[in-house]
Amino acid sequence: MSKKATEIPQTIPLSFETKKTGKKKRNPNILLGFILPVLLLAVWTAATETGFIPSYQLPSPKNVIERIVRLVQDGSLWSHVGITFYRVGIGFFIGTLAAVLLGSVVGFYSKAEKIFDPIIQAFKSIPSLAWVPLFILWMGIGEASKISLIAVGVFFPVYLNIVSGILNVDRKLIEVGKVYRLSHFQLVKRIIFPASLPSFFTGLRSGLGLGWMFVVAAELMGASEGLGYLLVIGQNSSSPDIIIASILLFAIVGKLTDWFVKIIENKVLAWRDTSAIGG
Amino acid sequence: MLTINRLTRIFGGENGVRNVSFSVEKGEIIGLLGKSGSGKSTILKAITGLDQGYSGDILINGEKIQGPHEEIGVVFQEPRLFPWLTVLENVQFGLNRNKKENIAAARELLKEVGLEHAENLYVKQLSGGMAQRVSIARALVTNPGLLLLDEPFSALDAFTKMQLQDLVLKIWKSQQLTAVIVTHDIDEALYLCDRILVLSGKPGQVEREFRIDEPRPRNRGSETLARMKAEILHSLGIEAVYS
Repeated sequence: MSKKATEIPQTIPLSFETKKTGKKKRNPNILLGFILPVLLLAVWTAATETGFIPSYQLPSPKNVIERIVRLVQDGSLWSHVGITFYRVGIGFFIGTLAAVLLGSVVGFYSKAEKIFDPIIQAFKSIPSLAWVPLFILWMGIGEASKISLIAVGVFFPVYLNIVSGILNVDRKLIEVGKVYRLSHFQLVKRIIFPASLPSFFTGLRSGLGLGWMFVVAAELMGASEGLGYLLVIGQNSSSPDIIIASILLFAIVGKLTDWFVKIIENKVLAWRDTSAIGG
Repeated sequence: MLTINRLTRIFGGENGVRNVSFSVEKGEIIGLLGKSGSGKSTILKAITGLDQGYSGDILINGEKIQGPHEEIGVVFQEPRLFPWLTVLENVQFGLNRNKKENIAAARELLKEVGLEHAENLYVKQLSGGMAQRVSIARALVTNPGLLLLDEPFSALDAFTKMQLQDLVLKIWKSQQLTAVIVTHDIDEALYLCDRILVLSGKPGQVEREFRIDEPRPRNRGSETLARMKAEILHSLGIEAVYS
C-alpha cells in the first residue's frame, strides 16, 4: 500500500450475477413430498379392497373417484362447487374490503387506533362460529347469513395483518423519505404502502383459508346446495363416499385459490428477500 | 456553506452534545471523530433536520434551517434502500423532474459509483458494498451542496471500505463535494478529511481540531498521518498502547 503514495487505487466495479434458484435441487424435494401421500393411498386401497375396513365406513379410493365422476356426469358437481365458490368469493371480498378500509384508518391515525383497536381486539377473541345463531336469527338461513359469517372470518386476519404491517414499517426508511421532504401522503404512497404489502398478503392468505373453513360451517347450518351440503347429504344417507368426495373437492378448490393468490403475491412481491419454496 | 452555532442537544442528563460550534467551507471534507456516545451522530442528525429538539443554530449558506433541507444529501450507516425498488429506481427516489430526466440523472450517478450494469437488480441481490454505493448515488443524484455521511462504511469489510473511501474522494474531486463525515475510524478520517474535529466528554464537546494539509490522494501509510494518529489517540484519551 505504501508504495502507491501518489495514486488513488481505482475502485473496482464488483462483479455481480443474477441468481437463479437451483432448479436441480428442488426436484428431489418435491419427490420427497410424494412419499407419504402415495403410501397413504396404497394403505387405503389395500385396507378397503381386501375388505379389512367395511365399505360403509370407509369406501375405497376407486369408489370415491367413481362418485365424483357421477357427480360430474349428472351436472350437479358444478352447481355445488359453483355456489360454494360464490359464497367464499363474496364473503372474502366483503371481509377484505372492510379490513382494508378500517385497517388503513387505524394504521395511519393513532387516534383511530385508540378508538377502534380495543373493541376490535375484544371482538377478535370471540370465536367467529359463535356468531352463527345470531346471524341466522337476524338474517335467516339464506345467503346473507352465510356470506356474513364468511366475511367476519376473513376480516380479522386481514385487518390484523394490515395494521401490524403499517405499524411495523421500518422507521429508518421513513426517515429517508423525510430527508427528501416527502409530504404525508407521499410517505404513505411511496414508503408505507409498499412496505406493508407483504404483511397484507399474509393476511389475505390466512383470511382465504378461514373463508374456506367458515363456508363449511355456513353450509352445514343449512343449505340446499354447496360442497358443505354434500357433507350433510353424505351423513344423512350414510354414504361416506360422498363425504370423502366433498372433503377432497374442498381441499382441491381451497388449494387452487390459495395457489392463485400466491402467484399474484410472488408477482407483486418479487423483490422480497425470501426464497419461495413449496406451494 | 454550513455553520453550526452553539449546538446543544442533551438526552437523559449526559448523553448528547453541548455547545458545539464549527463551520464548513465549500469543498471541504470535515470529519467528526469520537468514541461511541460522544454525540457525533447527534450532531449529524440535527443537521439532517430529522431531529429538531436541539438548541443553537444551524445555518446553510447563511440561512437558518428548519427541518430537512434540499441542499443536504445523507448517506446513513446502513444503505437504507427500498427493497421494492430496483437499483435505478432507488437512485431516482429523491428526484422529481420528468421521468426521462430522472432516469438519465440516475444512470449518470450509477456510472459514477461503478454500478452501471446493476440498474435492474433488486436490493436483495446486492452485496453490502454495492448497496452502500447505491445509497451514495441516491444521496448525490439531487446534487446536494452538502453531503452528510453517518459512519457510512463501518459495516463493511476492510477492503470494500477502502474502495468506497476512494470512491468518495473521486466524487469529491469531480463534483467539488462538500461533506461532513461521522466516523470512529481514525484512519478513515485521516485519509479523507481536511479537518478533523475530535469530540469527547459527556455530553460531547469539541475537544480539538486537527488540520491535515497533505494533498489528496494520501498515502494510507504515511508518517505524517501516523504521527497525527498518535496525537488524535492522545486527545481521545487512548494512548500508551505501544509503549
